[in-house]
Amino acid sequence: MKARVHIMLKNGVLDPQGEAVRHALGSLGFDGVEGVRQGKVIELDLAEPDASKAEAQVTEMCERLLANTVIESYRVEMI
Amino acid sequence: MKAAVIVFPGSNCDRDMAVALRAAGADVSMVWHKDVDLPSGTDFVAVPGGFSFGDYLRCGAIAAKSPICKAVVDHANRGGYVLGVCNGFQVLTETGLLPGVLMRNAGLKYICKHIGLRVVTSQSIFTEGYNAGDILSIPIAHHDGNYFADTDQVKALQDQDRVAFTYTDNPNGSVSDIAGILSENRRVLGMMPHPERAADDGHGGTDGKAMFRTIFQTVVAA
Repeated sequence: MKARVHIMLKNGVLDPQGEAVRHALGSLGFDGVEGVRQGKVIELDLAEPDASKAEAQVTEMCERLLANTVIESYRVEMI
Repeated sequence: MKAAVIVFPGSNCDRDMAVALRAAGADVSMVWHKDVDLPSGTDFVAVPGGFSFGDYLRCGAIAAKSPICKAVVDHANRGGYVLGVCNGFQVLTETGLLPGVLMRNAGLKYICKHIGLRVVTSQSIFTEGYNAGDILSIPIAHHDGNYFADTDQVKALQDQDRVAFTYTDNPNGSVSDIAGILSENRRVLGMMPHPERAADDGHGGTDGKAMFRTIFQTVVAA
C-alpha cells in the first residue's frame, strides 16, 4: 500500500512562510491572492496489504511523529 | 553534582554547555543519543542547542524519539532536573515534557544577537540567582524560536508562575513574549536564549552564570 499524508498548520495558527509566499506572489503581479498556507506532503510505501490496517498505522504515525498536533492538522490518503 | 549533556547528530552547543556546567563545579558526562540509559547517579540533564538531525520534519522532532530521550523523560518524571536550551527547548516540547511548540520566527530570518531577557520568576533552581524583574543580556541564535501555545495553555503557564523568562523586545513573534517556560514541578526549564554563551568573561557578558551556579548549589545541597 501507498499512503500520502497532508500536513497543514491548523486554522488560526499564523503561517509566516505562507505569508511570505503571498507577498512574493503579489510582487510578481499576481493580484488577488488573499491567503497562502504552506504545508507538507509525506508519501509512504507500506508492507501492509490491508488498506484499513495500513490507514490505522499511518494515523498512529501521524499522532506520534509526523505531525505536531499542537499546531498541525493532518489528512491521510491511501493511494 | 553529576550532569549529563545529551549529544545528537547536529548538536553544536553541547561543548559550550559542558564548559559552563564544569565551570560551576559539575561532573559532566557527554551522552550519545543512541544510549538507552543516563549514567547512573545523574542529577541533572542538559539538552543543548544545535540542529539535531538537521531539523528534518520539525525542529527537535526526530531527536525527541531517540533512545536517550526516553531516559530523559523518565528522569524528568522521577523528579530529575532538565534544562533544554534552544534546540534543546524544541526537543523538550516535542517529547511532551513542556507544552507548546517553537515555530518559524515571525520575520522568517535566523536571528543571532544579544537580547534583553526579563526574569519573570525566581522560583526555580534555574532562576533563583536572579530577582523577578531583572533584565539580563543573553544571546539568542535561532530560526525557529517563535513560541506558540493556545490561549488556555498560555494562561495556565502564567497563572502557575511557569513563565521563567520573557523578551523585553520580542524578536521572533513568541506569544506573550515568552522566551522560557518551566514544567509543572518547576524542575524542567526550556528556553531559547543561550545562558551558556554568557557564562564566562571571554563571552562578553556573564549574565547567564548565576543560572549554572544556583543549579549546582541546589543539587549539591539536596
